Amino acid sequence: MASMNTPHAPLSSEAAQSAPSGGRAARINNPHASLPPEGAQSVPSGGRAARMKLVLVGNGMAGMRTLEELLKSAPDLYDITVFGDEPHPNYNRIMLSPVLAGEQTVEQIILNSRDWYAENGITLHTGKKIVKIDRKRRTVEADDGTVAAYDRMLLATGSKPFVLPVPGADLPGVVGFRDIADVDAMIDASTHYKHAVVIGGGLLGLEAANGLKLRGMEVSVVHIGDWLLDRQLDEPAARLLQKSLEEKGLTFLLKKQTAELLPAAEIPPNPPLTKGGTDSPLSQRGAGVPKGRGFIRDLSAPRVGAVKFKDGSEIPADLVVMAVGIRPNTALAESAGLYCNRGLVVNDTMQTYDPRIYAVGECVSHRGIAYGLVAPLFEQAKVCANHLAEHGVAQYGGSMTSTKLKVTGIDLFSAGNFMGGKGLEEIVFQDVGRGSYKKLVLKDNKLAGAVLYGDTLDGTWYFELMRDHTDVSDFRDKLLFGRNHLGDSGHGDEKGRIMAMPDSTEICGCNGVCKGDIVKAIHEKKLFTLDEVRAHTKASGSCGSCTGLVETILAATVGGDYSVAPSKKPLCGCTEYSHDEIRSAIVDNNLKSLPETLRFMDWKTPDGCAKCRPALNYYLLCAWPTEYQDDAQSRYINERAHGNIQKDGSFSVVPRMWGGLTNPKELRAIADVAEKFNVPEMKVTGGQRIDLFGVKKEDLPAMWKDLSDAGFVSGHAYGKAMRTVKTCVGSKWCRFGTQDSTGLGVKLEQLTWGSWMPHKYKLAVSGCPRNCAEATIKDFGVVCVDSGYELHIGGNGGIKVRVTDLLTKVESEEQVLEFAGAFAQLYREEAHYLERTAPWVERVGLAHIKARLVEDEANRKLLAERFLISQQPAQVDPWKARAEGEQKHEFTPLTALA
Amino acid sequence: MNENWLEIGHLEDIPRQGARVVKTTAGEIAVFRTVDDEVFALRDKCPHKGGPLSQGIVHGRRVACPLHDWKINLDTGLAVAPDVGCAARYPVRVVDGQVSLSLVPGESG
Repeated sequence: MASMNTPHAPLSSEAAQSAPSGGRAARINNPHASLPPEGAQSVPSGGRAARMKLVLVGNGMAGMRTLEELLKSAPDLYDITVFGDEPHPNYNRIMLSPVLAGEQTVEQIILNSRDWYAENGITLHTGKKIVKIDRKRRTVEADDGTVAAYDRMLLATGSKPFVLPVPGADLPGVVGFRDIADVDAMIDASTHYKHAVVIGGGLLGLEAANGLKLRGMEVSVVHIGDWLLDRQLDEPAARLLQKSLEEKGLTFLLKKQTAELLPAAEIPPNPPLTKGGTDSPLSQRGAGVPKGRGFIRDLSAPRVGAVKFKDGSEIPADLVVMAVGIRPNTALAESAGLYCNRGLVVNDTMQTYDPRIYAVGECVSHRGIAYGLVAPLFEQAKVCANHLAEHGVAQYGGSMTSTKLKVTGIDLFSAGNFMGGKGLEEIVFQDVGRGSYKKLVLKDNKLAGAVLYGDTLDGTWYFELMRDHTDVSDFRDKLLFGRNHLGDSGHGDEKGRIMAMPDSTEICGCNGVCKGDIVKAIHEKKLFTLDEVRAHTKASGSCGSCTGLVETILAATVGGDYSVAPSKKPLCGCTEYSHDEIRSAIVDNNLKSLPETLRFMDWKTPDGCAKCRPALNYYLLCAWPTEYQDDAQSRYINERAHGNIQKDGSFSVVPRMWGGLTNPKELRAIADVAEKFNVPEMKVTGGQRIDLFGVKKEDLPAMWKDLSDAGFVSGHAYGKAMRTVKTCVGSKWCRFGTQDSTGLGVKLEQLTWGSWMPHKYKLAVSGCPRNCAEATIKDFGVVCVDSGYELHIGGNGGIKVRVTDLLTKVESEEQVLEFAGAFAQLYREEAHYLERTAPWVERVGLAHIKARLVEDEANRKLLAERFLISQQPAQVDPWKARAEGEQKHEFTPLTALA
Repeated sequence: MNENWLEIGHLEDIPRQGARVVKTTAGEIAVFRTVDDEVFALRDKCPHKGGPLSQGIVHGRRVACPLHDWKINLDTGLAVAPDVGCAARYPVRVVDGQVSLSLVPGESG
C-alpha cells in the first residue's frame, strides 16, 4: 500500500493541539485509526464480520497491559496474536529480584496465565522470536517460520541488558539479570559454585547481589562509579547504603573498571552433582535453559573463572552478572526501517513513524526519554490502548519517576534532581548512628528533588509536593521532618509496623477490610494500582483516611516501583483532562452548560459519570454564578433533596441556627415540627445545630413549610457548601471573652450561608485564645484576642486532624468579614471538587494563599467582591422554594399501583 | 412474555438522567430515564445494602447507588464489576410518551 511509505510526522498530536484557536482542547485524532481492515481476503469463513488483526510483538508487562486496557474498552475490535521469545506467559519482571532472593516463586509472579489468553481469544506464541517485519505486506515472521498478518501492530520488545564489550563476555557463566532464564541460571549456579561477581552497582546489580548472597554465594559488586547507585543517590546516602549492605556480607569494589573475563584454568573445584535433587526449582519446573544464553553447564567448555580489572588485579568469579544497564531492544524495529534514536521513537499517542505500528514499554523513546519503571509504562499502555480502540483522545505527556530499592530491610527513596547545583538550595539531615539521611533540594521555594535513606515514609509526600509544585516557604523549617510535623496526626510512622501487622488487622475501618484481604486481592487479582485495590477490596474507597496504609501495603506486596505518579491526574475515567485544565477551559472558552462542556472537552462518555458530573456542575456554577442554570440531576441526592440521606433511605433535617444561637420560640417550633412529623430521633450536632432524623422524603416539603413559617432556613448540613459557624459565648457573658464572638459568628454566617463550595466548609469564632469553639480545626477560624482577631485557615477535625495555619491578624470585624469572603472565594475558585481546604492548603502552599490574600490587598478586595456577587443568587432558601412547589417531582412518587 | 402492562405516567414526568418511584404492594420500583430517553425499571434496592437506587445519579445506562456508590447497569440490573450483585428488572415500555410497567420481573441478566 502506498500509504505505508508516506512519512508520518511523529508529533502529529502536538501539531493538532496547536492548530485550533483559542486554547481549544483539541481532539487528538489519530489519522489512521479508522483505516478499513484491508485484509478482506482473510475473512474467516462462517459469515463472521472481519475483525482487524492486531499483532503484539513482546509478551511482557507493557504490551500485555496495553492489551488488557484494550480488551476493557473494545473487546471485539481485533483478532489478537501475541509473540513472545520467552517460553513463559506474561510475568511480573519486577519481581525477579524477590524470586532470586527466594521470597517468591515463579508461579506467584505470573500475571496472565495461558488460560487467560485462551479465555480472551488471544493466539499466544511463546518461545518464538519475531525476526522480520514486512511492512509492505503487513506480516511478521518468527524464527521458526510462523507468519502472521496484521492491520495494526504493537511493538513491546522491551530492553536488553547491556553487555560490556570485554574479552570473555561470552563465556559460560556470564549472565544478565533480565528474565526468568537468567534467574534460573543464577539459582543454578548458586547451588554449585561459590564466587559471584556482579558488575554494576545500580539498582539491578544490588538486587542481584542481595539475592545471590541470600542463596549462599560470596558476592562482590564491581562498580565503575565513585559510589553505589550514582544515578539514584548522592554520596552520603550511598555510603550509608554501602555500609548496611556490607553488614549483610556483600563486598564492594568501587572505581574499578573491568578489563577482561578470564576462563577457569581447569574444571571448576565444585563439579556439579548429578541432576535431580540439587537442581533449582526453576529447572525442575521445566523452564529450561535457553538457547544462546551464556550459561550452559557444559563441562567441556571452559567456564568463567575470574574477573580482571584495568589496574591488573583479579578476583575469582564462577558466576558473573552483567548489570551495567539496559538498552532499548530496537533491533527488530530498526531492521524494519522504523525510526529509532536511543529507543523506538513514538509520539504522544504511542504511534511510531509507521502509523499502523504502535510501541510501548522499555523499547520506546518518548520525547527523548526511555522509561524503565512500570508505572510510566502502564500509563503508556493506557494511552496506546485508547488509540488502538479508536477512541483517539488520550495523550501521553511523560512521567515523573522515583526510585525505591527492593532489598528487604533497606529503605531508600529518591526522586527528581537530588544532586543540587546552581540556583538550587539543599536541606540536609544526617544521623549516621541511626543510619538515617535525608536531603531535599529546593528551587525557588519549591521541592525539586529528594533523597531519603533509612526513613522513607515521607517519600510519597515529597513526591506529591514536587508534582504539585507546592510553595513550601511557610513550612521549610519543618519540611525535613515530614508530614507528621505539619500537625497531621492521622499519619503515623507506621511503615514497619504495617508490614509486621497480622493479616487480621483492620486497615479500612469504613469497609471492614483487613490487611490479609488486601494482600490476598493484590496477589490473586494481580492488582497494581491504588484504584484497582479500591475497586476490588473497597479499602480506602470511602473516607480515604487509610489511603497511605493501603499504598504502603501495595508497595510492599508488589514491589516498590509503583510509587510513581502520572504528571497529571485526570478528573475521572471519562476524560484525560485534569481538574485545573477543565476549570480554565470553562472560563477561557465561555462554556456555560454541562452538555456544552462535555462536547467541547471531548468527553469519552455520553453524559459523564457520578464522579465528573457533580464536579462539572460545581465548576460551571462557580465560574458563572449569575448565569449558570444549575443541573439538579448532576447533584448528589443530598443536594437535590436538601437533606442527608440515611441508611434506610430516610432523610435528616437540620434548620439553620445563626451562630448557634437560639431562643424558646425557635425551639418550640422545632419541637412542634418534630412531633407533627413523628421524628423518631433528635440530636445536637457537632456544629451546634439540631438534627431531626428519620424523615420520609415525601414529608420533607411540608416539614420545610412549617420550619420556614417559623423563620428557619436550610442549614445546608447536607451539601458541599458552607455548613455552620460554631461560636463560644464571647465577651457578652464569658469573663475571659475578649470580643463578641457570637455576634461576629452570626455576621459571618449571614455572609457565607448558602454558598456552594468544592467540599463542606466550616467556620468557628472563639472569643479568646482558650478557643472553646475549636476554631483551629475549621476551614476558616477566628480566634479573638484583646487587640483584634487572628484568622486561621485550612483546619480539619475529621478524617485527618489538621490544625489550621495562621493566615494573618486583623483589627476590625469588617476586616474579618472581608478576609472571610476573599478566602472562601479563593478556595471556591482554586480547589478541586471534593478537596477540602486542608489538603488544598497543603497542595498549593500557605505562601501562595498569603500572597493572594494578605500581600495583595487589591486582589483580596476583588475576591471578596466576587464572593458577594456569587452569594446574591445563592442566598435563596431552598426549603422555602420547595415548600412552595419547586422540583415537586423530586419528592413525590410517580404513581402508586394498588 | 408478560403482557400485563400498567400505565404509570408520561415520559416527561421522569427527569432526564433521573428516576421516579412507583409504589407497589410488592415494594418500590425505580423507573429511570437516561440521557437518550431510554426507560428502565429496577427494584428500588441496591443489591449491596438496599440503598434506594432511584435516588442515585444516572449516567449513561448506569446508576450510582447513593449509599456506597455501587454502579448498577440499568439494562441488566447487574452491579458493575468487580462488585457482584443484581437488582430485579421489570419490563417497561414507552408508547407515544406513555410509560407502562409490568410487575412480572424479567429474567435477571
